Amino acid sequence: MNIDPIQLRILQEVAGLHDTPDGAFNFRFDGKSAGRNSTENIKITSKTDKSGIDIHIAPGTKHESVHIPVVLSESGLKEAVYNDFFIGDDCDVTIVAGCGISNCGGEDSQHDGIHTFHIGNRCKVRYYEKHYGEGDGMGKRILNPVTEVFMAEDSYMEMEMAQIKGVDSTVRKSDAHLGQGSSLVVHERLMTHGIQNAVSEYNVYLDGDGASANVVSRSVAREESEQTFISRLYGNAQAHGHSECDSIIMDDARISSIPEVVANCPDAELIHEAAIGKIAGEQIIKLMTFGLTQEEAEEQIVNGFLK
Amino acid sequence: MLRIENLSFMVDEEGTDKEIIRDLSLTLEDNKFIAVTGPNGGGKSTLARLIAGIEKPTSGKIWFNDTDITDMSVTERAKLGISFAFQTPVRFKGLQVLDLIRLASGKRNMPAADACLYLSEVGLCARDYINREINASLSGGELKRIEIASVLARSTPLTIFDEPEAGIDLWSFQNLIQVFGRMRETIQGTIMIISHQERILNIADEIIVLANGTVTRRGTKEILPELLKEGAAAAVCDRFE
Repeated sequence: MNIDPIQLRILQEVAGLHDTPDGAFNFRFDGKSAGRNSTENIKITSKTDKSGIDIHIAPGTKHESVHIPVVLSESGLKEAVYNDFFIGDDCDVTIVAGCGISNCGGEDSQHDGIHTFHIGNRCKVRYYEKHYGEGDGMGKRILNPVTEVFMAEDSYMEMEMAQIKGVDSTVRKSDAHLGQGSSLVVHERLMTHGIQNAVSEYNVYLDGDGASANVVSRSVAREESEQTFISRLYGNAQAHGHSECDSIIMDDARISSIPEVVANCPDAELIHEAAIGKIAGEQIIKLMTFGLTQEEAEEQIVNGFLK
Repeated sequence: MLRIENLSFMVDEEGTDKEIIRDLSLTLEDNKFIAVTGPNGGGKSTLARLIAGIEKPTSGKIWFNDTDITDMSVTERAKLGISFAFQTPVRFKGLQVLDLIRLASGKRNMPAADACLYLSEVGLCARDYINREINASLSGGELKRIEIASVLARSTPLTIFDEPEAGIDLWSFQNLIQVFGRMRETIQGTIMIISHQERILNIADEIIVLANGTVTRRGTKEILPELLKEGAAAAVCDRFE
């Protein structure tokens, strides 16, 4: 498979890949499939009715991974891609998605990845999604991911979502439906700068008894960027939900954090925490007493916060 | 050597000037363990913050090894070799203990095993703490030990501790005394420790009493019985009350 240097750099950024990975993978470069590998347990097939792929993971698959990175390096390319995961019962798998845009041209580049996960009973799934943008063109780099998760009984899913650099505009929508005894853990990390705008919306439906969800978002807004975080937890059963949004605001940025907890069952326990604030002066001074400059101290504090 | 000349520090309190440090002159010799004590509000913490550069004096000079540091920033003073352990250690969401020790030492690639030595030195089981976040999950005593470990990792010619006993329980402090005792034995530079604790004062080479923003007494631990006896010493021991 031919990977040019720009594509390779973006692959490294979004998926930590230096080459084709072990296990199943599907590379999508500039709107086209650039490489694919299915394994005995993980079958990847193209959709026939629209752009995208179906990933079928056989029941009982353990310790296998799927990488599905997307790279856009052509200015002006706009696409919506549908990726559906069907994960059989009793699996233990890792899924690495991620999208990077390099836009040096004058036209906007946009990737809307719509991911759906059907997670079987007693599964354990780790999902990593990283978004990244680069390029000095006037064209915007736009990413609008949609994630929808259906979790069957006693399943567990851990989602790491990160967007640290270079994406001009993003509207992220994540919905999860949790069955009996299932558990969802979400860690979102977001940093915006320049005049970027990011919206992240979570709707978590705790439908089964014993379900639990923990949605933790940490974000940093710098310069004149804007962020909106919306978190809705619906307690529809004897379930436990916790969401936490913690933001550092810098320069002339704006952040809006909108929590909503809805209990449709008297046994639902729902908690939301939200905090927005500047870096504490004492934190900066502490690191300056180690010999760091103010700028270096701020960078360390932000990096640690988003780690 | 640290030399302070005619240092004054005033703050504006409800429209009137209040003098926190008054025309204070002081010399701290190299490789000494010096305890600064005195009543609350006497200016001890302010003096420490003035030396570290966190506060700027209204007038006077501070010299460090013959360099005038009066107008230097916190960063510049730290680079010259001044360390400062806060009375109330700062929490950092996301930063781990290992990160803090690496930042303190200036060695970004310091092996975790080396960083662990500093934690063991302050009586923490390194394995349990090295990857902990410095957040609200740590107790006051744990934070204090990590704070001390971080300044030990710096190993600078001058280290200032601002009331290491503040905010920690008596049991934890018993163990911390041993840490300072060891520091006293293996001294690599000057230690200035602000404390009300008799056991700390007892291991000091020199005791300086600060009250009303100026030095009112100075001497070896020989002056301790007098201090404890005198009315003014009631404040020295107010932590026991």
